[in-house]
Amino acid sequence: MAIGLGHYLAVAAILFTLGILGIFLNRKNVIIILMSIELILLAVNINLVAFSTHLGDLVGQVFALIVLTVAAAEAAIGLAILVAYYRNRGSIAVEDVSLMKG
Amino acid sequence: MVVASLFFYLFAGICVASGFMVIAARNPVHSVLYLILAFVSAAGLFVLMGAEFLAMILIVVYVGAVAVLFLFVVMMLDVDFAELRQGFLSYLPIGIVIGIVFLVELLLVVAVWAIGTQVPGAITAPIPPLESVSNTEALGRVLYTRYVYYFQAAGLILLVAMIGAIVLTLHHKLGVRRQNAADQIARTPRTAIELRQVRPGQGI
Repeated sequence: MAIGLGHYLAVAAILFTLGILGIFLNRKNVIIILMSIELILLAVNINLVAFSTHLGDLVGQVFALIVLTVAAAEAAIGLAILVAYYRNRGSIAVEDVSLMKG
Repeated sequence: MVVASLFFYLFAGICVASGFMVIAARNPVHSVLYLILAFVSAAGLFVLMGAEFLAMILIVVYVGAVAVLFLFVVMMLDVDFAELRQGFLSYLPIGIVIGIVFLVELLLVVAVWAIGTQVPGAITAPIPPLESVSNTEALGRVLYTRYVYYFQAAGLILLVAMIGAIVLTLHHKLGVRRQNAADQIARTPRTAIELRQVRPGQGI
């Protein structure tokens, strides 16, 4: 059975779902949530590249490159916020973030 | 062709399994390592698809930079991760329900779906034949000409992220004496030295 576009899309769909599931299951751990977001962006990248190579259009790979850039920037900023938050509070529990709500 | 299918199933299986372990592992360090494995096998999938440059970029950027960043932060923060895992089981039912609904929706979209007839005519940057131009060169020819503004915007995003991360994490400790070169240079003998007339036997 030849590997077509559908196979790659199925893998990307499963990875995307795993990312969503990770956000739901690890509600308290911000680090795992950030990793889940990375998984979701990876799934999007697999989709973009699969369509790009299937249709023979390079633009999809250009967009995948930009998604990758944004993912890297997001990871850096997210971890920096995490470190700053940990320095202030001594914990990274997500529930405590709503402290300022009063 | 059989080898390609075999490698697809190998990479896809490893990718999905390690993606599952990312969210299921007890230790966040193990999660990061599984994330690295997922990215490496996704890079293998990219190579199978014919996007070698993106595969290499995935390894360089994600495995080399982002995953190591995660690893640094996980090891730097002294957090009791067992405490953070409490509530994992209480969120499991709703998480699985939402995950299954999502997966079924996505797979339905993948199953019942066809490429429109006008799409092949609307290709803006066709991939040149691999024998004459490699994937990296073809991508560079498109990226540096027609999509140069996107490229610059990506650089700007990275710059903003870098400055933001530095601003967020840099903090000045109070009570630390630092060298201030401008102050040192601005000193004159008039402000630095004071002449006193000291009487014998009395002191200042």
